[in-house]
Amino acid sequence: MKAAWAGLKLTIIPLLALGLVVVGIAALGVGAVRMSFAEVLQALGNLGHAEDTHARILYDLRMPRILVGALCGAMFAASGAILQGVVRNPLASPDIVGVAAGAGLAAVFTLLLLPKAPLWALPVGACLGGFLAFVLVYLLSIRTGEVLPIRLALIGVAVEASLDALRRLILVRADDGVAQALTFLVGTVYGADWERLWRVLPFALFLIPLALILHQKLDVLSFGDSTARSLGMRLELGRLVALLLGVALASVAVTGTGILGFVGLIAPHAARLLVGSRFHLLLPASLLLGAILVVGADTLARGLVPPLEIPAGLLTTLVGAPYFLYLMRRVGRAR
Amino acid sequence: MNLSTNQLYLGYDGRLVVEDLNLAIAPGQISVLIGPNGCGKSTILRSLARLLPPRQGSVLLDGKMIQHLPTKEVAKKLAMLPQMPQAPEGLSVEQLVWFGRYPYQSVLGGRTQSDREAVEWALAQTGMTVFASRALETLSGGQRQRAWIAMALAQQTPILLLDEPTTYLDLSHQLEVLQLLVRLNREEGKTVVMVLHDLNQASRFAHQLIVVNGGRVVAQGLPEEVLNEQILREVFGLKAHFLRDPETGRPYCIPYALARKEPLMVDERVEEKA
Repeated sequence: MKAAWAGLKLTIIPLLALGLVVVGIAALGVGAVRMSFAEVLQALGNLGHAEDTHARILYDLRMPRILVGALCGAMFAASGAILQGVVRNPLASPDIVGVAAGAGLAAVFTLLLLPKAPLWALPVGACLGGFLAFVLVYLLSIRTGEVLPIRLALIGVAVEASLDALRRLILVRADDGVAQALTFLVGTVYGADWERLWRVLPFALFLIPLALILHQKLDVLSFGDSTARSLGMRLELGRLVALLLGVALASVAVTGTGILGFVGLIAPHAARLLVGSRFHLLLPASLLLGAILVVGADTLARGLVPPLEIPAGLLTTLVGAPYFLYLMRRVGRAR
Repeated sequence: MNLSTNQLYLGYDGRLVVEDLNLAIAPGQISVLIGPNGCGKSTILRSLARLLPPRQGSVLLDGKMIQHLPTKEVAKKLAMLPQMPQAPEGLSVEQLVWFGRYPYQSVLGGRTQSDREAVEWALAQTGMTVFASRALETLSGGQRQRAWIAMALAQQTPILLLDEPTTYLDLSHQLEVLQLLVRLNREEGKTVVMVLHDLNQASRFAHQLIVVNGGRVVAQGLPEEVLNEQILREVFGLKAHFLRDPETGRPYCIPYALARKEPLMVDERVEEKA
């Protein structure tokens, strides 16, 4: 029985990967111009041909959009999984502890101050902002040397809201060009192009494998300070690296899709239910679930009332916020 | 493997808890720290496990300052079981015990044969082999504590440190844990250092009692040398009768009154009437 479940857990990862492929292919057909599966296949065969409208739509619009959505959803989810483990707080999630809004605000500043900055400047600036915001939330949450989960979440939500309001305020006053370049920050995959993928991808290719390699250290950190140190973990260094990693994953994702509300909360929680809390399975499952969630939400957002577009972040927030409330009640009771 | 402290000062934030501590742990023996709440016994134990850095002075492991040794090396010499340790959700016993091998593993290295043997041995020693695949949350308090001890054993350290390993266990599980530690000391030669609250359990299972009061060690030695009316009165504020344990000959104390002059609580009923 137990062994059977252990075996099943291993098959969950390929199943989720398959799920992502299915959702991705389905997403190719949905939008203002609807395509059947056969039309999608035909258009995929004609990708190079400029005269095939379907192929142009797929290549110019939908493919980058799906890839950016999947990648950023995965990064938000991995970030949530890492933060929840390291802070030992089920409520920790990049958009709850201030990281996402900090990254968004910093992205605006970066583009305003360095309008001609190279592609990589935006994610780097966002990471800096995300980390500063997290440090601020964490310091505000410490009371008598301890950080209570609920306190961190409440202060995090407040800081997140303030930073996000500040970002919107600045964008109102900014030139049209800058404002337009950053409209996606509200949390939408709409308008994601290949350039946006190239902006995010190199960072993802560095951060995601790094997180996977460090899975055992993340496990040991989630035992808490005393046990982690007894096991020979260099606690301060280990925690710093893990937090930087968690913050960077979400901050880079913000420069791809803006803040996709609660993806960093729901995806790792669902993953934990499926594969348990050890990171060697939790991280891959979170990555895949985050990708599925965002691509799915964005497909719905395109398909519900075409040709109108609903921001994908709106849908994920609609699903995530009630779950967050439920979680707050549960964590509140446990204390 | 010698563990000792040299002019050690310990504290939290602005407060000094332990001053000028010179303590030598007897190798191969069971040492038990006792003392009233807040006397600094857990603080001392945490510093021995390098969980708490010294304000001044040092903790020495075979003559070397513990803070300067690589932390993974220390984790191969001493294992610490904190009070009420927390594990990530859904971990099985065997998965937990595997984490005891963390000090021996590298980031990219896999599991070796000696890792596997150590885990099996630790499970067998604690009688947890049959529970290996059970989730930690589904175990009783005593079983869970044995699982944590198994994790510490998998570290294969000559020294085991335990902070109140019997807290929140019922009496039979308390004895189960203590007898396990006695056996590990006797058969595997483990040096055991632990904090216990029950003086009679301490008297019965310790080779060395270390009595801590106000951040100082006020007595250290065999239970029969250390436990007496005077210590109970001065350290614990208790008047007690002493018997001999019929089996071990160790002192057994029966506290019967507080040794303070004024009563601790005002009788409220009397106040209401007046």
